[in-house]
Amino acid sequence: MPWDRNQMAARAAAELEDGMYVNLGIGIPTLVANYVGDKDITLQSENGMLGMGPFPFEGEEDPDLINAGKQTITELDRTAYFDSATSFAMIRGGKIAAAILGAMEVAENGDLANWMIPGKLIKGMGGAMDLVAGVGRVIVVMDHTNKAGDSKILRECTLPLTGKGVVDRIITNLGVLDVVDGGLKIVELADGISEDELRNATQATIVT
Amino acid sequence: MNKVYKTAAEALEGVLHDGMFIAAGGFGLCGIPELLIDAIRDAGTKDLTIASNNCGIDDFGLGILLQTRQIKKMISSYVGENAEFMRQYLSKELELEFNPQGTLAERMRAGGSGIAGFYTRTGVGTLIAEGKEHKDFDGQTHILERSIVADLAIVKAWKADDTGNLVFRKTARNFNPPAAMCGKICVVEVEEIVPRGSIDPDQIHLPGIYVHRIIQGTHEKRIEQRTTRKKESA
Repeated sequence: MPWDRNQMAARAAAELEDGMYVNLGIGIPTLVANYVGDKDITLQSENGMLGMGPFPFEGEEDPDLINAGKQTITELDRTAYFDSATSFAMIRGGKIAAAILGAMEVAENGDLANWMIPGKLIKGMGGAMDLVAGVGRVIVVMDHTNKAGDSKILRECTLPLTGKGVVDRIITNLGVLDVVDGGLKIVELADGISEDELRNATQATIVT
Repeated sequence: MNKVYKTAAEALEGVLHDGMFIAAGGFGLCGIPELLIDAIRDAGTKDLTIASNNCGIDDFGLGILLQTRQIKKMISSYVGENAEFMRQYLSKELELEFNPQGTLAERMRAGGSGIAGFYTRTGVGTLIAEGKEHKDFDGQTHILERSIVADLAIVKAWKADDTGNLVFRKTARNFNPPAAMCGKICVVEVEEIVPRGSIDPDQIHLPGIYVHRIIQGTHEKRIEQRTTRKKESA
């Protein structure tokens, strides 16, 4: 069985270590927060917050307190607020240990595309270009294939890039891959997924 | 020196002109200068270029200036929540310059700091880098980004004293301080103007030197994505 969204999030959470400052993207990456357990992780929200807490209880929403996905959230006893310039200073400055992001496409050389489909979907890069350029480690969490069944892990990206050669590790519903010299290396297979199944679902070069 | 005005319309008097460049604070609908945006709509100022991380939603925030066709060009990082924005952009009625979020914030901060531009790794190898100067530092390629100086900054803060010292609240701070810094004139709307001396000088987020005009008003503060969790039953 391929991993579901929550299993992928749990697998991504296993990448995090005590003491890390981490930025989580929108979608499946947001779920990673549910699986950090008792590890001492501080979540950064690039709109100006370190120490992001869980969603508020109903009736306790504060319009002045949102995350980068514009969702209402809460603060913790360690929380600090700051402006957007300061927020991206810490991102660009390499102070954030890891970013866990979604993607439309990833290439075997670590190229990442996740901000636009020309002529169709023009949302913008938000903070993603700054994050991939600045953080210590970039982990992509996404489905291995798109709705049509085509591989999202490619020899070369077809969509406009968010960053060139920036991805370190890819976690999908089929397993875990690392970007290495010459292509991608299989790190782990999802429960019950064979190496052949993963290879067949992957357009990119897989090296051993 | 009186910085305090009664209404948003009065605070913008003599400042607005067609074709001007405005920097706006706010992230999504959080910490946006909603009263000043309403006043700009009422004034009918046209052909605006606006630097703002987002462009509101269809019927709130900067989105209302799209409805009235007052915006010629946006400089933004994310416009995904706004259907009218997408329509005007795809039909080429609206110009759009995408900026990575941190680059946009730093362009504003730099503009207000007397720095003409800066080199950053953000965007290297992407569409954003096209046409920009590339330069290697310590073995890594950077691109040159020019700073932003706007004719007008419109900003929302939580509290001000009458000299313009500002305090923001939680994540409503976001782009407001850098936007304020880069405006030749900065107009700020706050929830409360408090007496001089009542804000601890050590707790001021943006000193009044950046602020030229202030109004106090009531804010709707609409929530874009109301997300909650259930109370666990004990």
